[in-house]
Amino acid sequence: MKQLVILSGKGGTGKTSVTAAFAHLAAQGRFAGQMLLVDADVDAANLELVLQPDVLDSQPFRGGQIAVIDQDRCVTCGDCESVCRFDAIIESKGQFVIDPIACDGCAACVYQCPTASISMQEQTIGECTLSESRYGSLHHAHLYPGQENSGKLVTQVRQRARQQALDKQRQLVIVDGPPGIGCPVIAAVSGADLALLVTEPTVAGLHDLRRALQTVQHFGVPALVCINKADVYPAGTQDIEDACRAQGITTVGQIPFDLTIASAMIAGESVTAFCPDAPASLALSAIWERVAAVLSA
Amino acid sequence: MRIVVASGKGGTGKTTVSTSLAQVAAEAYSVRFLDCDVEAPNAALFLHPALATQREVGILVPRVDTQACTHCGKCAEVCQFHAIAVVGQTVLVFDDLCHGCGSCTLICPEQAISEQLSVIGVIDTGLTPEGIAFAQGVMNVGQAMGVPILRELKKWTPEAMPATCDAPRQPLEIRDAPPGASCPVVETMRGAEFVLFVTEPTPFGLHDLKQVAAIAREFDLPAGVVINRDGIGDDAIDTYCAVQNLPILLRIPLERRIAEALASGQTLVDAAPEYRTLFKDLLERIVARMNA
Amino acid sequence: MKLAISITGQTLDSPFDARFGRAASFCLVDTDTGSWTVHANPALSASGGAGVQAAQFIAQLGAQAIVSGAYGPKAYTTLAAANIQRFLASGHDGRTAADILTAFKSGHLATADDATHGGHHGG
Repeated sequence: MKQLVILSGKGGTGKTSVTAAFAHLAAQGRFAGQMLLVDADVDAANLELVLQPDVLDSQPFRGGQIAVIDQDRCVTCGDCESVCRFDAIIESKGQFVIDPIACDGCAACVYQCPTASISMQEQTIGECTLSESRYGSLHHAHLYPGQENSGKLVTQVRQRARQQALDKQRQLVIVDGPPGIGCPVIAAVSGADLALLVTEPTVAGLHDLRRALQTVQHFGVPALVCINKADVYPAGTQDIEDACRAQGITTVGQIPFDLTIASAMIAGESVTAFCPDAPASLALSAIWERVAAVLSA
Repeated sequence: MRIVVASGKGGTGKTTVSTSLAQVAAEAYSVRFLDCDVEAPNAALFLHPALATQREVGILVPRVDTQACTHCGKCAEVCQFHAIAVVGQTVLVFDDLCHGCGSCTLICPEQAISEQLSVIGVIDTGLTPEGIAFAQGVMNVGQAMGVPILRELKKWTPEAMPATCDAPRQPLEIRDAPPGASCPVVETMRGAEFVLFVTEPTPFGLHDLKQVAAIAREFDLPAGVVINRDGIGDDAIDTYCAVQNLPILLRIPLERRIAEALASGQTLVDAAPEYRTLFKDLLERIVARMNA
Repeated sequence: MKLAISITGQTLDSPFDARFGRAASFCLVDTDTGSWTVHANPALSASGGAGVQAAQFIAQLGAQAIVSGAYGPKAYTTLAAANIQRFLASGHDGRTAADILTAFKSGHLATADDATHGGHHGG
């Protein structure tokens, strides 16, 4: 079983459109019936908007705990406020109250409270969902807005997918990753067999690609690069090709700027299924062949 | 006045909007710009600040004095993140699990724990050619938590603003938010007075806009919307904004020559000067809403 | 000796769980007498550091050896510091904790001399 993760560093370079196209293309070829999909961008989960799957099962996701003050026992000494390093305890109208968004869940206040008036309560901070899409099962999740711990949720979604892949002897798991290089990205990339970084030829795209590549390498995952909207700024595309060559990273293709991608998104289809002859679709088909060859090698 | 530029979905043009807004604002205000996308900070590529200072930031992690430690295990018991473990006569500290809360240090009956800075990133500061006081947080590769960098970044105050000839100007802060809708976005919005959402007219843009709009509602922040790449998709954003009573303050149609200029590192108002007036108008409308 | 085995159920006949930090529970067997107890893994709901917490837990139970499917770097370090011997098993070595116990007694299980993977970064 192989796990392919799609990443970018910079957001909005087209990770999800590439993932959806790969799902469609893989389902046509040798991975037909052999594939699972994961949406690991849990605070902006968009893959389901394209795949429009049927939800089979959804479970609450319990994340970290937050402190709760029992106002009847509190003697308003303020010790909790003085130990909190997250500015999560606020004095308001003669009472000390917890700001649930600021609370980090460290429980320092719980142990310092002289009257044992503070306890920790577990929060439901999202949902973990299994759906069936036209291209295979989709493991996805929804983190409630403003919540923490998206790394843990990503880990959980990936573990569920991995378990299903092992149980049903699936050959391929495609993971649509989150932007950035932090905790959810680390959770999405660790243990993957191959990462495809989708970048764009902008100064910001190249800057973030470098950081994303360092992150992927930090976790020992081999990386390929493809360049989206490549014709918008050919000099930038050349810079990316050069930077990758200098690092010994293979670039597996360029996708031209193509508004068909936006139209496909609105139609709720992958671009390769929506319009197989569109310039972006042709490019994506060629890129998929190269990625699939690396996965099979 | 503190304005956050956020989006939910990545790549919708947050930095495009925030940098142009800052340039236009610098003509009338004393502008402080904070790039809060510590995982992928890009605003400096457009505003070209002369980065003059760099400071390491991080969290305070525990160090145990093995002579004083009695291996009572209290520290491991109170640590919610399992960053400190006591097994037999050994104390283990895992810096990358530590949140820097200080609970172990406070609880240790022998006062055997001291704290030292574990660096997770840097804060760079400097002035842009327009006199914008610029600061960015940059998280080190391999680190998981950017929020401590953000907290420090928000505390930054420029030492001295450039001496301008005229009367003292009103301060205006612009924060370029990270994508997504989880803790770093919350930290960016905390303490702000207005949120400007930059979105694109696609199902992805709308879905992710709803996520960040929910955070802004929780903070009870006034908000407005910029629709970037106007015309590439559908009108679902317009419908949503009408229902939610979110004013659409600016529309930026997709133009290839502008996309090329932005790709090369120009700001929108530099690449297309006709946007200068539109951004001035945008700023005025934001300020009017903050003062309303 | 006291041997801990990561399992998904409540008895010696419960299925082996290849996960360590996120195992549902641990079966603690006295390999000399055959008596056993089962302990729910408190790290199952941990936001992060599940491996560290699970390792401390089985150290407190007094285990001298552990059989699981994989150990992350922090779990490995903690188990090593606690002088707990680390053995590896897979589904091929048996389906239940009792099967794993048999394999252990016959000396068929490999020892883990290093972390088996790079960790999960759960939070």
